[in-house]
Amino acid sequence: MAEIELAAPMVRQSAAPSMQVPKAEHLGSPKIVAHDVRVFYGEKQALFDINLDIPENQVTALIGPSGCGKSTFLRCMNRMNDVIDGCRTEGQILMDGHDILAPAEDVVHLRQKVGMVFQKPNPFPKSIFDNIAFGPRIHGLAQGRADLDEIVETSLQRAGLWDEVKDRLDQPGTGLSGGQQQRLCIARAIAVNPEVLLMDEPCSALDPIATARIEELIDELREKYTIVIVTHSMQQAARVSQQTAFFHLGVLVEVDQTEKIFTNPSDDRTNGYITGRFG
Amino acid sequence: MPTDAHIVKSYTAEIEHLTTMIAEMGGYAETAVAEAVQALRRRDSARAAQVIEGDRRIDALEEQVSAYVVRMLALRQPMAADLRTIVAGLKIAGDLERIGDYAKNIAKRTIILNKSPATGPIAGISHLSKMVEVMLHEVLNAYTAGDAKAAEQLRARDDEVDDAHTGLFRELLTYMMEDPRTITPCTHLIIIAKNLERIGDHSTNIAENLVFQVRGERLTDRHADDPDSEDPQARL
Repeated sequence: MAEIELAAPMVRQSAAPSMQVPKAEHLGSPKIVAHDVRVFYGEKQALFDINLDIPENQVTALIGPSGCGKSTFLRCMNRMNDVIDGCRTEGQILMDGHDILAPAEDVVHLRQKVGMVFQKPNPFPKSIFDNIAFGPRIHGLAQGRADLDEIVETSLQRAGLWDEVKDRLDQPGTGLSGGQQQRLCIARAIAVNPEVLLMDEPCSALDPIATARIEELIDELREKYTIVIVTHSMQQAARVSQQTAFFHLGVLVEVDQTEKIFTNPSDDRTNGYITGRFG
Repeated sequence: MPTDAHIVKSYTAEIEHLTTMIAEMGGYAETAVAEAVQALRRRDSARAAQVIEGDRRIDALEEQVSAYVVRMLALRQPMAADLRTIVAGLKIAGDLERIGDYAKNIAKRTIILNKSPATGPIAGISHLSKMVEVMLHEVLNAYTAGDAKAAEQLRARDDEVDDAHTGLFRELLTYMMEDPRTITPCTHLIIIAKNLERIGDHSTNIAENLVFQVRGERLTDRHADDPDSEDPQARL
């Protein structure tokens, strides 16, 4: 065949797509309803009129750039901001219809119902057994030693750690690997029969395998607990959560089903953040 | 904002490279269809041979797009508008590759037709091909402009293309009944008409994928990709 040339292809300028605004949708009945929540650190306002429903037995991911207020909002849900000097919270957070921000709220009891897991695993400098038994003991949840043994075993099993530590329960929790320590902290949090688990970047100090174990665990735990997780990993938010809320500059920009947020967010700011255009 | 650059500049450059490759493929596919139809009308076998040869370039680009998309999915883990642009890009490249194949098939049949005397209603083919060429041209313009509205409007054209194809089919049947010696050439023309109609369907697919890319919505499915789902009497 002879040397052949087709006519040159037409040159077209390509353009990026524009967005349109679809409506938000909701999942299941809410365990927690935040209504006009405002938080101030001294003069500075950190959260502006947050209205957010946390559906029961679902995982809600809070995402947003550093300083956007997502951790501040997380800490509102078990009154952890109370311990910060100069921090003031306004508005309502209803848990099963009951306002947990009310001054008369029993904060110790609240924190039993709303457990928390932090970024850095923080086991007590005690044995593995005592780490788990600590909460049930102070809350008087165990009738005796056998009862306590059972709580420790069940909690470790639910946290997926039992098989790895059952033969060394008397050894210090601090001797475990990072991923094991984090699962120990989750076991400790669920030992007091909470209803809600708050997780503040629970995997950011862990390697990918330990992270996968925690994510699998989160998926199992949501059968029994309502989970709220703060994460900087979009992929993690996409993998573990059913609802995602995007915060920016103290404002809740958008909340929707996770699938929707990561495939077709309504707000340009959400799209810009999750696609790596600002933050 | 979607039109802003990514913080990682090479990511923006990669998405631009992807859309450029697809626009280039679109240009080749459009040219291939136009040239194949010209070759048919002018009984120009050399021109038809060029179309057949040129299809390799479209196929090669489609493979490049596929490999590039796999790489981007693995390395960038795209989200939201980026994810839709990349997935839609992969599907649009597939449609363009098929359009190239149909143009090549028209060219092959042209070479066969040119070996016997001119027969049949070439004017009817010209009418159908004009509609399809305009449709493809406009959907590619909409793609490069990121214009979902234009893409959505284009879908209606597919019905006109289908009607023109059905009319042409009946016309060719009449020819064959009147003069059985035309059965062989008219059969080629029937398949050429069908190829043009399928090019219209793939143009519709491109329009639908563009709407998905821009808005994140799937338009309700028409018959674009499934000829068997239709009443065989209504669509040929």
